[in-house]
Amino acid sequence: MKIVVCVKHVPDLQAERRFTDEGRVDRTQGDGTLNELDENAVEAAVSLVEAHGGEVVVLTVGPADAVDAVRRGLQMGADSAVHVQDGAIEGSDAFGTAAVLAAAVRRVAEEGPVDLVLTGMAALDGLMSVVPTLLAVGLGLPQATLAAELTLDPEAGTVRVRRELGHVTEVLEAPLPAVVSVTDQANQPRYPSFKGIMAARKKPVTTWSLADLGLDPSTVGQAGARTEVLEATARPPRENRVLLTDEGDAGLRLAAYLVENRLV
Amino acid sequence: MTESTTAAVPVLVLLDHHDGSLRTPVLELLTVARRLGPVHGVWLGDSAVPGTLGEHGVSVVHQVALDGAAVVVTTSAALAAVAEATGAGSVLLSSTFENKEIAARLAFALGAGLVVDASDVEAGPDGGVVTVQQAFAATWTLRSRVTAPRAVVALKPNAVPVVPADVPTSPEVVTHPAVTADTLGVQLLERTARAASGRPDLGEAQVVVVGGRGTEGDFSPVEDLADALGGAVGATRVATDEGWIGHEAQIGQTGVTISPRLYVGAGVSGAVHHRGGMQSSSTIVAVNSDPEAPIFEIADFGIVGDLFAVLPQAAAEVRRLRG
Repeated sequence: MKIVVCVKHVPDLQAERRFTDEGRVDRTQGDGTLNELDENAVEAAVSLVEAHGGEVVVLTVGPADAVDAVRRGLQMGADSAVHVQDGAIEGSDAFGTAAVLAAAVRRVAEEGPVDLVLTGMAALDGLMSVVPTLLAVGLGLPQATLAAELTLDPEAGTVRVRRELGHVTEVLEAPLPAVVSVTDQANQPRYPSFKGIMAARKKPVTTWSLADLGLDPSTVGQAGARTEVLEATARPPRENRVLLTDEGDAGLRLAAYLVENRLV
Repeated sequence: MTESTTAAVPVLVLLDHHDGSLRTPVLELLTVARRLGPVHGVWLGDSAVPGTLGEHGVSVVHQVALDGAAVVVTTSAALAAVAEATGAGSVLLSSTFENKEIAARLAFALGAGLVVDASDVEAGPDGGVVTVQQAFAATWTLRSRVTAPRAVVALKPNAVPVVPADVPTSPEVVTHPAVTADTLGVQLLERTARAASGRPDLGEAQVVVVGGRGTEGDFSPVEDLADALGGAVGATRVATDEGWIGHEAQIGQTGVTISPRLYVGAGVSGAVHHRGGMQSSSTIVAVNSDPEAPIFEIADFGIVGDLFAVLPQAAAEVRRLRG
């Protein structure tokens, strides 16, 4: 079984996050990290391989320091990594990103069939949650998103997913190979052990450019994007804020505030 | 903003419904859709199309038959078919997890630009679509332009107030045969509707009262205040992980994203993961015994105090004032 896990390098949630003047996520602060929700995807992949055998390839697209994201995946137990890096990718929208990921998955599959492509449920910078779907469509593979629970039947060649949507709970089954995104409910990601960290240093990281993937640079990056940011502005802080300590009447004061502001 | 009267290119709106009842956010979609062009609704299934659509300016309703359950691939194929048949320039959906998938597939099929979790949509100067989104836990606002010839936009519930059309319409209903889509072998084995709580839907509610770690598992004051305010009950990740309340109540960037008129956090510290799901709420009230809780940094009305004293007092006073 070969599993490819797609991960993203994102600005640290706890740090101050900002946009550049071009309306892109500012990735120059040097405090990037593996998208936390992708740790659930790496965990799912590593545990599936522990249970059923096989290998895990962790894949990322991004500038030079994005390699930190796949290193973390290797420390968690992935076997090898691919980093697609090319200046032309900068400014890609979700379609461009998904196209690069799809081309990289196809290239990985040239060295042996890929049975499962795993992703996290969202990247904590963009939070669009659409790349897994666009990746599945681009690869022409069946898709099951937002797995809160994921089970694999290697004999039947199927993956079964339970997912919680707004109003319903669904159970989906998809034939392999498939694209599956997992939520933060799916598992508890392991913390890399010292042994894992040492072992990761010897694991291979392959770097590919767009040319290596046979992709035309004009189809990705800002050139290939279907949206452009006109303006990115930091929201002004809220005004007229009230902070009080309860002296026995705070509930009454809250009710009065709600009435005054026509909130009841 | 003026409503478009000259543009002839229709805008499609997915009319999400539940057993024939229109979901509330659809009216918000219809409100913004009228700015973009003549509004065509897409109604999936054979239940009767509600008569209220004319009040919101829908000129045509495309009723598409369903062959089996409405799964993502069939809904996106139905929307794509209607978009091609009508030459629609944009398609609007309400931004739920399922609809974001539908939007992505649809945009791929149409070669359209895609914006999800938009908080507003308007026609750009060149007739294209301009969207507004909140980013980084609503600390930034992005205005974007769709540069592709077509746009697919998923709008967050509660982002815009519902305004009926100036001039009501009598929608023409056009029926379409069932659309078949290749599910590539994906089977829906089970679909279970969650039991109704009797309270408003969390993602659509105007008022949400949220309980966190500070409730120590006792949600009764949270539920009582929610009921006094006619609101929904939400929870933090800690509260759902502890099993105090179901996971479907989790507010946050991995759970339900809300932007109600009024958010009340009780015993909620305000971790960044939670803020990402609620910071675009119009008014934020926080009750927490810890004066250092980060939620006070974003609260419009903050009370340092015991939620077990403050919430019941507030609920009783709200009921008294309402009479």
